Amino acid sequence: MVNSVILNAATRLLVAILLLFSVYMLLRGHNLPGGGFIGGLIGSTGFILYAIAQGAEATRDALRAEPQNIAMIGLGIALASGVYAVFFGDAFFTGQWWFIGDRESGDYIPISSVLFFDIGVYLVVFGSILTLVLALEEEV
Amino acid sequence: MATGGVEVPRLAGGPAGWLSVIIPAVLFAWFAQFLPAVADGQTPLIGIDWVPSLDIRLEMLLDGLSLTFALLITGIGTLVTLYSTKYLGHHPEYPRFVLYLMVFMVGMLGLVLADNLIALFVFWEVTTISSYLLIGFTSDSAKSRRSALQALLLTGTGGLALLAGMIMLGSAAGTFSLMEIRGMGDAIRDHEYYIPILILFLAGAFTKSAQFPFHFWLPNAMAAPTPVSAYLHSATMVKGGVYLMARMNPTLGGTEPWFWALVIAGGFTTVFASVLAIRQTDIKQVLAYTTLMALGALTLFIGAGSSDAIKAAMLFLVVHSLYKAALFLMIGIVDHETGTREVADLRGLARKMPITFLAGALAAISMAGIPPFFGFIGKEFLYKAGLEADVAGLWITGCIFAASVLMFMAAGISVARPFLGRVPERFADVHEGPTPMWIGPFLLGALSLFFGIYSDIPEFWLVGPATDAVYGSDVSVDLYLFREVNDAFILSMITFAVGFVLYLGHARIRNALGRIITANPIKFDPGWDRTLDGLKVLAGWQTNLLQSGILQRYIFIIFATLAIGVGVTIYLQDALNFRIDIAAELDGLLFKHWAILTFITAGAILTALTGSRMVAIVALGVVGIGVALLFIIFSAPDVAITQLLVETLVVVLVAVAMLKLPHLGVRTDEANRPVHAMLSIAVGVITTLVLVAVLQSDLDLRLTEYFGETSWSEAFGRNIVNVILVDFRALDTFGEIAVVVVAALSAYALLRGTRYGSIRDEGEEK
Repeated sequence: MVNSVILNAATRLLVAILLLFSVYMLLRGHNLPGGGFIGGLIGSTGFILYAIAQGAEATRDALRAEPQNIAMIGLGIALASGVYAVFFGDAFFTGQWWFIGDRESGDYIPISSVLFFDIGVYLVVFGSILTLVLALEEEV
Repeated sequence: MATGGVEVPRLAGGPAGWLSVIIPAVLFAWFAQFLPAVADGQTPLIGIDWVPSLDIRLEMLLDGLSLTFALLITGIGTLVTLYSTKYLGHHPEYPRFVLYLMVFMVGMLGLVLADNLIALFVFWEVTTISSYLLIGFTSDSAKSRRSALQALLLTGTGGLALLAGMIMLGSAAGTFSLMEIRGMGDAIRDHEYYIPILILFLAGAFTKSAQFPFHFWLPNAMAAPTPVSAYLHSATMVKGGVYLMARMNPTLGGTEPWFWALVIAGGFTTVFASVLAIRQTDIKQVLAYTTLMALGALTLFIGAGSSDAIKAAMLFLVVHSLYKAALFLMIGIVDHETGTREVADLRGLARKMPITFLAGALAAISMAGIPPFFGFIGKEFLYKAGLEADVAGLWITGCIFAASVLMFMAAGISVARPFLGRVPERFADVHEGPTPMWIGPFLLGALSLFFGIYSDIPEFWLVGPATDAVYGSDVSVDLYLFREVNDAFILSMITFAVGFVLYLGHARIRNALGRIITANPIKFDPGWDRTLDGLKVLAGWQTNLLQSGILQRYIFIIFATLAIGVGVTIYLQDALNFRIDIAAELDGLLFKHWAILTFITAGAILTALTGSRMVAIVALGVVGIGVALLFIIFSAPDVAITQLLVETLVVVLVAVAMLKLPHLGVRTDEANRPVHAMLSIAVGVITTLVLVAVLQSDLDLRLTEYFGETSWSEAFGRNIVNVILVDFRALDTFGEIAVVVVAALSAYALLRGTRYGSIRDEGEEK
């Protein structure tokens, strides 16, 4: 924890921006540079910044869930998105797609099990890094 | 215990309780619907593609053998879970117990149903692990923990051998499907791998089914709660090895090594275990050893391999599962109500617990092999198969005769002794166990009688189809109670006479046996402890040797190995057999390339020269960022972003960790610096040479083209890197993120573990 007014003030703004940006990177990943891994890294940076400015305890409060639980939930989501395909007669981890809207005109939102897999990756990376950083911070 | 006035007749244990009963009951009904088709000779195959690109399918093979097992697992499972609602329903950890039991049931069903060898192995290990958790359920007892670990290590080692055997069998047969392998028996028996495959498979089967000399874990496993003993360590899991041998009989069986390995190990185990059984004073231990006897007999008769022997083995499998589960559950009720299982203490409980007595008596009569019970038919067929065996008939018949006599005695010890006679005063207030507890043993005991009288029912639905599946072709199975006075029948009568006489003198025999066994110098259990201690000493020695605890030395060893390994390979493969025009290459570099190069080099030099850790780590970060810039120039934005973020995180992590470390201060390893510098230069030069060598050959772009073409058309994504990660290669990514989680959790445990270091000392004292 660092007692710096500038860092404290900047952190409040930056954490929000970083988290929003991390979700943006996650969602655009399928077509443009980004994805769950990068998104998770960016998201965790936000909270690491917060931990440096406000301390580990405040970060745990802000997170609301234990980071190791977040990582486990992410792993569960990734697994579920893979198993999901099995119920439709496809092989394990075959992507399943739903196109909400009109595909012909290109006015649609594509949703897929692959997206959920990427969300799982995001949560795993996010949770694992914060598990490490917060434990290290508290140890010091 | 729950406090309350009136006891309402309901299932204890809450939702975990009734779910644990409903799940196996529904599965039992589901499997029962396949009975007609299987009895008709069909083998329904139900499956889905799992990893089609690796030819791995999740497939269920339902033939007579697997269906018989599946019905035993789910049927006895229902009764045992019902029993547990009362036996353990008030235990604070009861839901955990139910979870383990359900995991085991799924594993065991998978084991007997799997068509793929690898799937079979995975389920095999699931049963091993859930057995470990269940034996060690009362984890505050050092004895439970030791028994659990022993079972895990022994059956786990066997499991590894089995995996090796399966891979060899798979490569010998060219397929991992049991259905296909079954038809290739002749080719496999002639294959050069046959003997190694056989040894490895038997190592797996013998440890799992506790054949001599791996028998000692099973009696120790009785540290588990009684329902677990009845279910895992008698009726189902320990028969996993028997299942494997039966399943492999058409493939690996019928040769001399197979015959002698199984007949000798099985015969010896069956006699050895029944002698030890009558020596015990704890009735649960008596039953544990008689289970060993049954496993030995099954091995013996599967090894004998004639159609009669297989028939007898399959018959005895069903017979034994019924009566033994009932007896275990019975002694659990007695223990629950009286608080003891000692032969010497228990007397005259028949009046106090009439239904439990009835259930136990039905099962014990079947175990003693008295007509008209199912056990009698089982014994008759074992005798008949032994007497008619072409090879080693005398050994087989002798073993099974000795075991049957002792079984008769054991039946007397475990039921007649505790229930008959006068009630001692200390049991004046003992009463019958609760209904959910006696239903199981009662039903199983009654079935032992019912199947004896109506023997065409088990013959048609269970034993017949199972025998066909194990023998590999149709065998006529015709079960009967009594047809004529033949050799087997006369042998049965002699069994009863000798068994009865021995039972009358069992106290004296036990003492005599006790003296002999104490005098015997070879003891397996203490031997096991010594082996483990020896392993720990060895592990300690090699850890001290290799793990100095000095990070610098580790890194030195790692990089030295890298440099030598790669360097020698380059030299041996003559990989530097090319010329490059260095001047032309340098001419091709633009200003931005030079700039980044300078940036990286400056960072590297600073890292090497600085005396401050903080400066060093930041300088290393500069190198990393330089590399990220390179990625951007060569249009790999995803990799560049990742590299940048990881570099940032590493600097943060190391900086945080560094706060704990002492200042570098004066270097104490000044003398080593020339060596370190040489190593660094060597690694750098060799890596460069490898990269240059790689670039000399033409890059194979087929994969890049494939992904470029298909990522939009098949996976609806334009970012190839991401599409590969989350779609084409999702299974790999899944493995990687699992590793990330495990690494994070391990680091967390390490960081936190130091804080609670005192817990371990407390645990050891108990």
